[in-house]
Amino acid sequence: MHEEIIHTNNTSKEKQNYTMLELGSTPAYGWPAFKQVVKRSLSRELFVGLWLTIKEMGKTLFLGGKHTTQYPFEKLPISPRYRAIHNMLRLLESGHYRCIGCGLCEKICISNCIAMETRYDENQRKEVSEYTINFGRCIYCGYCAEVCPELAIVHGGRYETASEQRASFSLFDDMLTPIDVLKQQQEFAGFGSVSPNADAAIKKTPLAY
Amino acid sequence: MDALVIGTIIKVVLVLLVVSALAGFGTYIERKVLAFMQRRLGPAHVGPFGLLQIAADGIKLFTKEDIIPQNANKFIFSLAPVITAATAFIALSAVPLFPTFIIPESLPLIGGAIVPSVIADVNIGILFVLGMMAAGLYGPLLAGMAQANKWGILGSARTAIQFLSYEVVTGLSVLAPIMLVGSLSLIDFNNAQIGGVGSWIIWQQPIAFVLFLIAGFAETNRTPFDLLEHEAEIISGYVTEYSGLRWGMFFIGEYSNMFTISILAAVIFCGGYGDIGFIPGWLALLLKVVFFFFLMLWVRASWPHIRPDQLMWLCWKVLMPLAVINIVITGIVVMI
Repeated sequence: MHEEIIHTNNTSKEKQNYTMLELGSTPAYGWPAFKQVVKRSLSRELFVGLWLTIKEMGKTLFLGGKHTTQYPFEKLPISPRYRAIHNMLRLLESGHYRCIGCGLCEKICISNCIAMETRYDENQRKEVSEYTINFGRCIYCGYCAEVCPELAIVHGGRYETASEQRASFSLFDDMLTPIDVLKQQQEFAGFGSVSPNADAAIKKTPLAY
Repeated sequence: MDALVIGTIIKVVLVLLVVSALAGFGTYIERKVLAFMQRRLGPAHVGPFGLLQIAADGIKLFTKEDIIPQNANKFIFSLAPVITAATAFIALSAVPLFPTFIIPESLPLIGGAIVPSVIADVNIGILFVLGMMAAGLYGPLLAGMAQANKWGILGSARTAIQFLSYEVVTGLSVLAPIMLVGSLSLIDFNNAQIGGVGSWIIWQQPIAFVLFLIAGFAETNRTPFDLLEHEAEIISGYVTEYSGLRWGMFFIGEYSNMFTISILAAVIFCGGYGDIGFIPGWLALLLKVVFFFFLMLWVRASWPHIRPDQLMWLCWKVLMPLAVINIVITGIVVMI
């Protein structure tokens, strides 16, 4: 199994070292077949199986070994790289939305699903008067979040997007962080960031091959 | 009216009600045990611990549309589930379930009635029970052939195969205990083992016990012999076209048969309802039946099922000779 295999030419069978498994021989006639049955019946194999299942039952019942995630009530954490329904973030200091109306996300959107209108407000600053994302067209590519100079539009983790109306998620105010939960606004970790449970999920890489 | 007659009627009603309820409860237990053995939860949302799942299933089965396929033989199609359910309950009529008890005189109407341990103490008890359970196989056989469905036909063919295979082993394996006890009545079997754990027939007839259990698994259509309706191979076999209440009757019949086989194994080999030390007889029988029922679920979770040809091979070439040898040895010992 551990012999070095030289992959110079995959089509030439001579250079590959296949390892055959020891499967034994299949008995062809009565007496060896009978002996095989006796061996298998009396060699504890059946009881090993029984022991395994009763052990798992004990673990499940008493040691909390259940693997079930009761989905609508419990959810598994998703990666920060996951690209679901967008969030519009606010400035932490003033609470004003971060979007400066530059229009880069609208320009870069490859499925043309972002529509925005801007105007100058009384301080001669850009103000976003209309901002919608057509989620029937959005392919969640993440270009809008990547191009945004202010980290104003990011992808959130809201992946349950069944709704009675198409417009349910798509208005600017729906995506904007509510002002009362501004303290809990999560900063976007950025593309390529690792999961919060990355350290726990890491495993030793088998190097044998 | 005669006290015994009233008692017998009470017993009949009790058995019908309790065993039908137990069949439903059996499905719940089966789902829970299988779930735990596979690290799942099983039914958990309907009622406390998912217990009302039985009621939910019952409502679902009762309110489903009753469908009879166009080309099916309608009479036999409707008759087959009744055969399975009825024979399962008729078989229970000769099985001792609990010790005989007398209803106290203080109760009105039924006071003083003697409720017998067995509904009908026929002197050929074992033959009757095994014969009735064998007749129950007409249910799957006719159901599969009447529904004009190729999977159903395959299911019936497998029913015939299974029937021909295990029935010999069942008969021969109980023959040795019958020779020891010298009676076919299950009451006599129970009374022969009344002297505590040491007098159980299982110690004298371990091979017969194992053979009987194996044949019982085949008789009740349980894994590893669940050939009749193995989903991965023949969709649902003989119940492919069945739904709703008719399907439910097959189900009740199957679970009643599981209880019957469990009780038979307990009464013939493991002392029946005799007291074990401080454990009263009715509780002892209940514990034994629960153990055998659990064994069926346990085996289902652990072992793969076998092919029809392997079942025939096993029954005819291994188990039957073993049973015959066992009978010969028992006969010699009894003669000496």
